[in-house]
Amino acid sequence: MTRAYLDHNATTPVEPAVLEAMLPYFSADFANASSIHTPGQRARAAVEAAREQVAALINAKPQEIVFTSGGTESDNHAIFGSVLPLVTWPSVRSPNPYDDIDRRKSIAHRKHVISTTVEHEAVLNSCQELEKRGATVTYLAVNTNGIVDPESVRRAIKTEQPRPFEHGVTRVEQQTQIITIMHANNELGTIQPLEAIGRIAKEHNIPFHTDAVQSVGKIPVNVNTLNVDLLSLSAHKLYGPKGVGALYIRTGTQIQQLLYGGHHQRGFRPGTENVAGIVGLGKAAELAQHSLATDAARISVLRDKLERGLLARIPHTRANSAAASRTPNTTNILFSGIEGEALVIALDLKGLACSVGAACSSGAVEPSHVLTAIGLSAEEAKSSLRFSLGRHTTEAEIAFALDVIPAAVSQLRALSPTYQKHLAAHHDQL
Amino acid sequence: MNAVAQFDALPTSAETQRGLIAVAMSGGVDSSTVAAVLQQQGHPIVGLTMQLWNQRRLPELQGDGPKQHRCCSLDDVYDAKRVAQHLDFPHYVVNFEEQFEQRVVRPFVDQYLAGRTPIACTNCNTDVKFEPLLRMARQIGAERLATGHYARIRRNGATGRWELLRARDESKDQSYFLWGLSQEQLSRSDFPLGELTKEEVRALARRTNLPVAEKPESMELCFVPTGNYVQFIHAYAREAQIPLSQTEGEIVTEDGVVIGHHHGVHNFTIGQRKGLGFAAGKPLYVLSIDPEKNRVIVGNDDALRTTSFAVQDANWVSVGLPLGPIRAQVKIRHKHEPAAATVEPLSASTGRVAFDVPQRAVTPGQAAVFYDGDRVLGGAWIR
Repeated sequence: MTRAYLDHNATTPVEPAVLEAMLPYFSADFANASSIHTPGQRARAAVEAAREQVAALINAKPQEIVFTSGGTESDNHAIFGSVLPLVTWPSVRSPNPYDDIDRRKSIAHRKHVISTTVEHEAVLNSCQELEKRGATVTYLAVNTNGIVDPESVRRAIKTEQPRPFEHGVTRVEQQTQIITIMHANNELGTIQPLEAIGRIAKEHNIPFHTDAVQSVGKIPVNVNTLNVDLLSLSAHKLYGPKGVGALYIRTGTQIQQLLYGGHHQRGFRPGTENVAGIVGLGKAAELAQHSLATDAARISVLRDKLERGLLARIPHTRANSAAASRTPNTTNILFSGIEGEALVIALDLKGLACSVGAACSSGAVEPSHVLTAIGLSAEEAKSSLRFSLGRHTTEAEIAFALDVIPAAVSQLRALSPTYQKHLAAHHDQL
Repeated sequence: MNAVAQFDALPTSAETQRGLIAVAMSGGVDSSTVAAVLQQQGHPIVGLTMQLWNQRRLPELQGDGPKQHRCCSLDDVYDAKRVAQHLDFPHYVVNFEEQFEQRVVRPFVDQYLAGRTPIACTNCNTDVKFEPLLRMARQIGAERLATGHYARIRRNGATGRWELLRARDESKDQSYFLWGLSQEQLSRSDFPLGELTKEEVRALARRTNLPVAEKPESMELCFVPTGNYVQFIHAYAREAQIPLSQTEGEIVTEDGVVIGHHHGVHNFTIGQRKGLGFAAGKPLYVLSIDPEKNRVIVGNDDALRTTSFAVQDANWVSVGLPLGPIRAQVKIRHKHEPAAATVEPLSASTGRVAFDVPQRAVTPGQAAVFYDGDRVLGGAWIR
């Protein structure tokens, strides 16, 4: 059966060159990168070479790159590490956590975080957990194109100075500890104006984190241009293996470690390094750097063709947030009057892979929080599908998609009571 | 042709796979065996598991009861997927939580609070399994939906009607829960297990090496895995902010003499003997429930016998709406021996049933299903 994979924002295939680069580290060069013997040194060299490759991709210094198990860990680390008691990076010592346990809870009461309503769940759920522990979080709204207004960030910043104790008066003093705003959105592809937001963060001396999992490898990412202090990225979104990612930490940023253990990565992120995975990430980063511009040019043409083609061939459709600046590969389309879940299944049975909402929320009852944030109704959110192209997507796959999607939508609408209602309500438009 | 006209001219019937059958899979041995049987017969199949109720939704019910007998849990989805992998066919989880709550759970709670004894499984069949699930199956390109129900469907060549029949294995027969299905629904459904006994089904499952061949049956309501429906009603009512009667209600005799008190009519069903909270000379049974006055009326066993009762929301299956009274064997409970009766339609949806011999504990909320031998003529809710 013809298969077209249009779900690259969920994950990407590992490049043959990446796999080739990784293989020796499962066999010939299997050693622990922290061992002092020669085999260990070879593994160590490979890890450090990969660190340079990742740093080069985002214009960082190698010592500012910490390898993690992926985007989710990096996000958690950036957020919890900034709100808990602090240690200046790259120090090798961290405070004994058990000493501070009560102080930490009361300190959290004064801690404030700024984020948005369209973040990935790894960021949102971390923020919600902080709220349970006593911190406050502002989730900035986005416009219908999914974009945050930098001025809304400025307005949300809390810089109350601690005041002298007043007997019998209880108050919550808030101080913004971190601003965390994603670079490119996983469902819509929309790109946030990080440069402007970063400048505001710098003015107020507030650490600025971005979840760049969907942007690294697709569009140029320069930590200095973007004015970010912390950045998360994930290998499997840029043709590397799953289970490895990185957290960029600008020198001088105050951040607490998340995991406790051995002395790996300066004791800051313990755990025997996943050498093969890290080598894979490094190679993927190197490849991305070289092909980013040509990839973007080619993929955006195919994406636009798919988007325009679907809107033209199928009535009562709309591209969500298409007017915004987006990554070159993503299109999110509302197909009125059908259940997105049913369409994804129907398309899969025809050989086309795509998704409704984000990959990690399949089977959930709630409509996508991202689509709700840009103003879609629950019904519209559930009727929207995401198609995300990749480096190796072909013209033939797009032609195939333009062939099977209209037929599938037609089939669903023929049996859909909500489509009849939609037609009745919109009989004057098309 | 402009784009819209081109769109309208697209074929609407599935060209994915001719004869694709969707199998409703609960993760249990019955529906898994259905998949195996259909595949052995050469049909292309696709498995669908419905997500109906979030078991974590009512926190006070967590940690209760044996976890392995919970239907629609993640374990059951996992089991269904394992079967699909083993037999190599596509499998999807589809979410009908909203419909299930609206059409099964909420009515279940409302009925109990109104002093009736509902049958959730019938509502699920009529309004969820054979409605949005069947529609979803058709939308994704399957023409038919197969389930693991023990019942049989056949087309009557003479009358042109789709008939519903009891299963061959009477001890497993589930036709009592399927009386609400329309001709359209029956025409697109398959019950491959209708001719098999439970032992034969398990033997088939074992022969096919199904991962679930030895899985025990789930006996309880899928959304009340502990079987404690009173606890469920309290938890759900609390969350949905349905007011429960705060005052104790009265337990009275047929003459209106108050002989005790109760904590909610939903704790009782007609014919119930236990739970009356006091010791009387003779055994007393619940005769009827008056939700408005918050009263439970009790009496002797003989008073529990009813000859004639009213029914509503009738659905005619193997025959069309009769023009006058007909004879049938009527079941008023799943575990009830069908008894000879005269069924008289009073309108398209209402009627009266008169037993030849008075039957025990006719219960509002249950279903009266009219049989003619193995055929289900139709059914209705008991008023």
